[in-house]
Amino acid sequence: MNEQLVIGGHGFQSRFILGSGKFSLKIMKAVVENGGAEIITLALRRANIGGEENILEHIPKNVTLLPNTSGARNAEEAVRIARLARAMNCGDFVKVEVIRDSKYLMPDNYETIKATEILAKEGFIVMPYMYPDLNVARSLVDAGAAAVMPLAAPIGSNKGLSTKDFIQILVDEIDLPIIVDAGIGRPSQACEVMEMGADAVMCNTAIATAKNVAQMAKAFGQAIEAGRNAYLAGLGRVLNHTAEASSPLTGFLED
Amino acid sequence: MTTQKTNPMEYSEGMEIIDSEMMDCILKLVENYDYNQYTEADVKKVLNKEQLTLEDYGVILSPAALPHLEEMARKAVPETRKHFGNGICLFTPLYISNYCENHCIYCGFNCKNKIRRGKLSFAEMEEELKAIAETGLKELLILTGESRHQSGVEYIGEAIKLAANYFTNIGIEIYPLNSDEYAYLHECGADFVSVYQETYNINKYEQVHLSGSKRIYPYRFYSQERALLGGMRGVAFGALLGLDDFRKDAYATGLHAFFIQQKYPQAEIAFSSPRLRPFINNADNNPNDVHEKQLLQVMLAYRLLMPYAGITISTRERAGFRDHVIGMVATKISAGVSVGVGGHKLEEKADEQFEISDPRSVPEVHHMIISKGLQPVYTDYIRV
Repeated sequence: MNEQLVIGGHGFQSRFILGSGKFSLKIMKAVVENGGAEIITLALRRANIGGEENILEHIPKNVTLLPNTSGARNAEEAVRIARLARAMNCGDFVKVEVIRDSKYLMPDNYETIKATEILAKEGFIVMPYMYPDLNVARSLVDAGAAAVMPLAAPIGSNKGLSTKDFIQILVDEIDLPIIVDAGIGRPSQACEVMEMGADAVMCNTAIATAKNVAQMAKAFGQAIEAGRNAYLAGLGRVLNHTAEASSPLTGFLED
Repeated sequence: MTTQKTNPMEYSEGMEIIDSEMMDCILKLVENYDYNQYTEADVKKVLNKEQLTLEDYGVILSPAALPHLEEMARKAVPETRKHFGNGICLFTPLYISNYCENHCIYCGFNCKNKIRRGKLSFAEMEEELKAIAETGLKELLILTGESRHQSGVEYIGEAIKLAANYFTNIGIEIYPLNSDEYAYLHECGADFVSVYQETYNINKYEQVHLSGSKRIYPYRFYSQERALLGGMRGVAFGALLGLDDFRKDAYATGLHAFFIQQKYPQAEIAFSSPRLRPFINNADNNPNDVHEKQLLQVMLAYRLLMPYAGITISTRERAGFRDHVIGMVATKISAGVSVGVGGHKLEEKADEQFEISDPRSVPEVHHMIISKGLQPVYTDYIRV
């Protein structure tokens, strides 16, 4: 059976986390429903409470909000944004994003650890976005993270699993849920990362830039589920076609 | 009697000097930029590349690339979408003063021009700000003419503080400042600074900026750097296309933004592309003319060089042009614009800097954005 994804003591049936920043708000409901997502991230800086086109009004009520700290350039700013999110009734979940690079949008792992530690102590359910580094992931565990969100490739690049080997190390070594975030470009890549044993996938650009956004959300939902099932089923043996027949190295053994 | 003109390359007293080789480096690259050397084959090669080098950037700005606008546009759309999704930010400018101490021969605000001058009192500002906020906008660009005497840094600071009560994102387009002054305005609530070099050609710059502190070329050139050193979040670049050789100026603008981002990786970079419109009956006479085709070429080149940079589309352009470039290349559009001093609630107190070509209100621009399948974004910034 496909057990629940548990983050900070909260259980979720779906392993698909949807990003919300790059498509029209009016199709939000359809995208969420098609993908079967139960968690949706939003940039707090897009929340326009009481104003026009407020993203918070478009997110279905039964979905868990995962506000992110996008716009933060250091731990201190991330902490302030997280506190604002809580004050704006966005709940206790927070995706820590600390970025001080406008070109590649690479996360600053060092500042991310610092922010995670502060926010975890304040009772947030902290899900840090990070560059997949084992030592950093271990520090995030120690800092009180509820999950670790390594990037597959630079945000928005749709380049797929550029960091595959390093994500595998996190999957193998870290006891928290590993949620692969950023860079996944197509459903087959989401499926692959789930086959590898990742616990969930977060996706935004690949869906938002599709011709039919809602349909692509559905495809991602299905791919993530398929990958999870494949992981649980245990992948079969893959034959190595490149092996050459030759005299066995152990043929000399007599008894 | 002839008066001795100020040397445009010499800083005046009180102007902060930044120890940097960036200006010399860019001027040299621009000097060596020969856009006529590129061929169609060069253009095609560049259009197949994923990431452009600075030389590639020169190729797509060249005349050889002009017949390939369609391919450039097709390459630009997914880049814009990857970085900005389908969101289009909305903002409006507020001119708080049009006093100016510069004599720039191309500008309606120039100090020799006998126009109605004025500036808003703080009470008038409050009324204007309220009226703008009632349209739903959350991003404001505060502008002044360039007069330290009539619109001093503290006056601008107070304006920013008032605006911060209504808006989440405040930018300034004022005269260049020292970094400690930028730090003060940042503290007051401003986070984004636009300074346009107008032309990067020093000789032309000298010819069109006859007097006033704007005449000092390097002080203007290093404005973005001083703004970032003062703690500002983002900076915008632009040349007034058509003032000089627009290809060289656009090339220099791109390099300027590119090098600033390299030096200050956290800085948010944006471009504007104002142009001097060609005279209708003079179309083929001047190679510096920037028609819509050339304007779009420049905007596309900015996008392809720096896919992550914001691009604002000017109110000087007609609605039909603006409606088509958003989503493709531009990420920000003004709405409900008045370019006189005041004009949102109060009657305009002083004359306009230029004529706008798109007078549409905020709801009209909002609906246009929706009708294009795009998402109007009122706030995309959180001040922390």
